[in-house]
Amino acid sequence: MNLDLTDEQQAVRRLVREFAQQEVRPVAEELDRTKSFPYEIVRKLGELGLMGIPYPEDYGGGGADSLSYAIAIEELARVDSSVAITVAAHTSLGTWPIYAFGSDEQKAEWLPRLCSGEQLAAFGLTEPEAGSDAGNTRTRARSENGHWVINGAKQFITNAGTDISGCVTITARTGDDEISNILVPNGTPGYEVGEAYRKMGWNASDTRPLAFEDCRVPEANLVGRRGHGFRQFLQTLDGGRIGVSAMGVGLAQGALDEALEYARERSAFGQPISKFQAIQAKLADLSTEIEAARLLTYKAALEKDAGKSFSLSAAQAKLKTGRLAVRASEEAVQIHGGYGYIEEYPVCRFYRDAKILTIGEGTDEVQQMVIARALGA
Amino acid sequence: MKICVLVKEVPDAAVEKRMDPNTKRLDRSGEKNLNPFDTHAIEAAMQIRESGALDVDEIVAVTMGPASAFRALHKAVSLGADRSIHLTDEALAGSDVCATGYALARVLEAESPDLVLLGQQSDDGECYTIGAVVADHLKMPSLTQVIKIDVQDAGLRCERQAEYGYDTVDVELPAVISVGDAINEPRYPSLKAIMGAKKKPLDTRSTGDVGIDAGQVGADGSQVQCGSFKAPPQKSAGTIIEDEDTNETVEKIMAWLDERKLI
Repeated sequence: MNLDLTDEQQAVRRLVREFAQQEVRPVAEELDRTKSFPYEIVRKLGELGLMGIPYPEDYGGGGADSLSYAIAIEELARVDSSVAITVAAHTSLGTWPIYAFGSDEQKAEWLPRLCSGEQLAAFGLTEPEAGSDAGNTRTRARSENGHWVINGAKQFITNAGTDISGCVTITARTGDDEISNILVPNGTPGYEVGEAYRKMGWNASDTRPLAFEDCRVPEANLVGRRGHGFRQFLQTLDGGRIGVSAMGVGLAQGALDEALEYARERSAFGQPISKFQAIQAKLADLSTEIEAARLLTYKAALEKDAGKSFSLSAAQAKLKTGRLAVRASEEAVQIHGGYGYIEEYPVCRFYRDAKILTIGEGTDEVQQMVIARALGA
Repeated sequence: MKICVLVKEVPDAAVEKRMDPNTKRLDRSGEKNLNPFDTHAIEAAMQIRESGALDVDEIVAVTMGPASAFRALHKAVSLGADRSIHLTDEALAGSDVCATGYALARVLEAESPDLVLLGQQSDDGECYTIGAVVADHLKMPSLTQVIKIDVQDAGLRCERQAEYGYDTVDVELPAVISVGDAINEPRYPSLKAIMGAKKKPLDTRSTGDVGIDAGQVGADGSQVQCGSFKAPPQKSAGTIIEDEDTNETVEKIMAWLDERKLI
């Protein structure tokens, strides 16, 4: 495995790092506090070509690889997870199914406006009683006079309810033992986007329940082949896990950055607390764990770019990075002492933002299931 | 017209700077970046072109540096330069400011630019002088620390940052102008520009290609001799006055200033 980043990958890191520091960091606290969707940041990201990083230039994408994409997400999450998940969910969950499985017409219609960031895409899989257990999907779509008529509900869906949300690709039961993906544009009668959830973290990202009541879309809105929805969403989640893993790496690194800076400034008993072994051990352990998690995440991205199977690496990376993000943010709060419990310090937000990383896009327990299965257990 | 922008690869701002006690030169190892001041020079060139006030056919980024410095040129073209020139040669290693200015001037002579822009200082050496040296060799007027450029009929009207405020200076082209970071807000390179950077022409030149006299460059051709060096004295910690009662605080500040005969 070649661990040297290409010139382009290094340049992407530098670009997104500078962007996150200069454009995101100054407003992250306010966006979180006021639960405001980062429209201005998304617009700027779109202008820079960062809303469609791994898609071909022909469709208005960046033409970059999955590792560049992971690096970009990592650098965003290092500063703010709400912005990072907005980009990650749009890119690897919302846009991916259209790119990977969509018809030429669907690609031509949707990819340019999604890759430019003009519109956002969502992916609707989770239901009140079905998430990773997608076999339990209750949302139904029946074929009627050249249309799909959709009835059901989705929940915890990212990017579906913003002013610039363009469409959601949902999983729906199109037969007794048949799941298909169907694209539903925002504004379609019968498609209702619910009130935003009150969440623990990711406060500036858009997360809502969706309801479908006799919602009719043309039959041509089927994404990929009928009955292939199950394997398509599994593949989509595999890719999504690289993005979410990169978020874990980024959040953990951001927590370490903040903790190190604070530890060097804060004095106790006549010296900076960074000089105490108890603090040094925490910082050293985190830095080591983060580097290991980063390499695992990059391995999954490199495997994807090489066209190899990456399900196992992506699940391992997701399991590792989610836990690490929770631990790193907790240690960072601990190092900050009482100040870590106050919202003026970013680590407080990081602590709230971290927990979802052991849950979203497959819980730790689901990752363990995926990994154990791959081991032949 | 043609604008040449001088750029330099420097250690990243996050890298702590130190002198190498063996070579008595700045330790330039670690992560590197395009000199931030040079990004303002590229942006200034782009704004002149985009304003349409001058008909700019070409913006050319020029650097002198080791093999790795091509990355600074890639960044320069991703920020808008059309092509780049990399002057690199073992014989150039260890060149001081005068030698570097001479070598860069030789490259520029071959390009015949109408305007040469550069950052007023590099983030590593911080000499502030390379523009003036280049201008001297090219027999062009030199303006330094420029924070505003307006195109006029006969040339450029520039505002030059001075300790007491600003000088307004009219200059005819061709000229060499070094710019400060207050001149503009550089754009970010787009992902498309990053991915396309390698497709823009990059010419590599050696000393022989541009007629550089090897005796005038490199460590041997440099006049600067480093005897010894030491870290600057640590700044004193200063006095912190807690603002509990503002009237009292003001009195304390006045007394502090008065004691030092500052008012």
